[in-house]
Amino acid sequence: MPRSPSDTEKAAPEKTTATSALKRIDPAALLDAVAFGLLAVDSQGRVLALNERLATLIGMSADAAVGLPCVQVLRNRCGVQRCGAGESLESEENTSRTDDLITRDRRRIPVRISVSLLADPGGTRIGYLKTIEDLSGPESADQLLSTSYGFGSVIGRSPRMQRLFAMLPVVAQSDASVLITGETGTGKDLLAEAIHQASDRAKGPFVKINCGALPATLLESELFGHKKGAFTGAVEDRPGRFRMAHQGTLYLTEIGDLPLALQVKLLTFLDDKIVYPLGSTVGHPADVRVVAATHRDLGEMVRRGRFREDLFYRLNVLRLEVPSLREREGDIPLLLDYFLKRLSAELGRPIEGFAPRSLKILLDYHYPGNVRELKNIAEYCVHLCQEKRVQPAHLPAYLMEKPVSRQRTAPSLPAAAAASRPAGAENQTVIEAWSDIEARLIREALVKARGHRGRAAQIVGCARSTLWRKIKQYGIEV
Amino acid sequence: MAHLKPIKVLIPLLNDSVAPRFDLATDVVLVRLDAEGVPLERKLLILPQASAERLCQLVIAEAVTIVVCGGIEAEHFDYLTWKQVRVIDNVIGSVGSVLARLKLNQLECGDILREQTDADG
Repeated sequence: MPRSPSDTEKAAPEKTTATSALKRIDPAALLDAVAFGLLAVDSQGRVLALNERLATLIGMSADAAVGLPCVQVLRNRCGVQRCGAGESLESEENTSRTDDLITRDRRRIPVRISVSLLADPGGTRIGYLKTIEDLSGPESADQLLSTSYGFGSVIGRSPRMQRLFAMLPVVAQSDASVLITGETGTGKDLLAEAIHQASDRAKGPFVKINCGALPATLLESELFGHKKGAFTGAVEDRPGRFRMAHQGTLYLTEIGDLPLALQVKLLTFLDDKIVYPLGSTVGHPADVRVVAATHRDLGEMVRRGRFREDLFYRLNVLRLEVPSLREREGDIPLLLDYFLKRLSAELGRPIEGFAPRSLKILLDYHYPGNVRELKNIAEYCVHLCQEKRVQPAHLPAYLMEKPVSRQRTAPSLPAAAAASRPAGAENQTVIEAWSDIEARLIREALVKARGHRGRAAQIVGCARSTLWRKIKQYGIEV
Repeated sequence: MAHLKPIKVLIPLLNDSVAPRFDLATDVVLVRLDAEGVPLERKLLILPQASAERLCQLVIAEAVTIVVCGGIEAEHFDYLTWKQVRVIDNVIGSVGSVLARLKLNQLECGDILREQTDADG
């Protein structure tokens, strides 16, 4: 419908205001705000710009990529094949196709790449804009949430777990910080990832960092990034995990081990949502949801002055407590069955289940290492069992040496947490996972074979390629 | 700095540059260098089809000591490393600039040798 002159007159000042607002927007910030990877190339196929999402996905900074041939930066199958065939970029114009690319950390990931034309106001072609959508991760959210007794890859049907699962969809849809507590081995990491996958940020990155694994100085650089020259060895700008998790979730595990100095910096970020890299006074906005986890009693740490009270309350907006296996009535048979079936299928063993006597021993055990220990026991059984049902002889010996009644010895939560930590010699004898045993067997075989891998593989009873994989997996030096 | 002993280098190619992907390369160049890093022999191979597995077999069969490539999957990287082959990956640049750096023993994973890269993308 034609507008009256008065309408046009009214719209003119609004349009002027919008245009001037648009002029104030930093184009780079605009690109970074988009939830997909974006790559702008000139008509020769050289990179003009890319956003942070794509930089995180491929593992290459925008500074390093600008000016390089797009195919060397993106390394997508269709692009490489097109270049190999000598076709120009025009053949990709206005296409959208599934593809794959190889990242700098040597992963091949499926993507969808759409290509559209970039033209100046006169209609002259300037180049192309490629939109890259990461298709890796769970098949679909529906599939992720469809487990009968669980949420994502966390399973359980005990009342405690059912209460937890009931809370999770609400927690996932919120954008508030989450604090996950629970003993070691209870599945805090799985829960954090399941929350991310069920949230609106699922298309964004899930970045994990262990606060207890690095010294304070390295951790600060790892979390917040640094500018080139900020310290000896800082040879280039690094964005840090917060910026890598932009529009996604940052999972801070072992938050109780975060040094006090960094607790202040984390608190500042949670308030301002701006990251200040080491050696820089310029802040970078980062839209990140923080999920933290710890096996420590943070309340007690606050009382002792080892954890900041303000940060505790800031993280504790949504608190999820993952129960220990002892508190998950009825979940042990479910988990044993789940892991036995999954591992049997993976390893191609025709094991149907546990013999009644084995099951009784397993149900009477108190699992100080929680689900992680239960999974290790199931893996041990699958490797050792040559029959259809797992007999007591196929169980780890320590289960029978110290038959401890679950009900009789179930300790209180803090005591259990302490018991699950490697505090002394008595704990060292409790758990020897199948992986430890396997690594030991391989080492012994290699010694017997005097380093000859073929002979070592014969001693262990596996193929050379399997032995090679295991040597890599366990980091055995040959 | 010179290498201590002669080396054999394999570089998957896209035109005259290091191929962006190891698994998609159909052209490779094999270069034998003397102890000083000076090329003694250069052989260009055209493969019937792209295959990372076939390329790994070729590396072993030709007793290659260094592979210089762009993107490579962890599985193939680990395999070659286990076979005592040095893999210098995530490299962008022309064969000439790669060989020049190798001669100086200064080529590292992730190196971008800008001055001589191809202009197609």
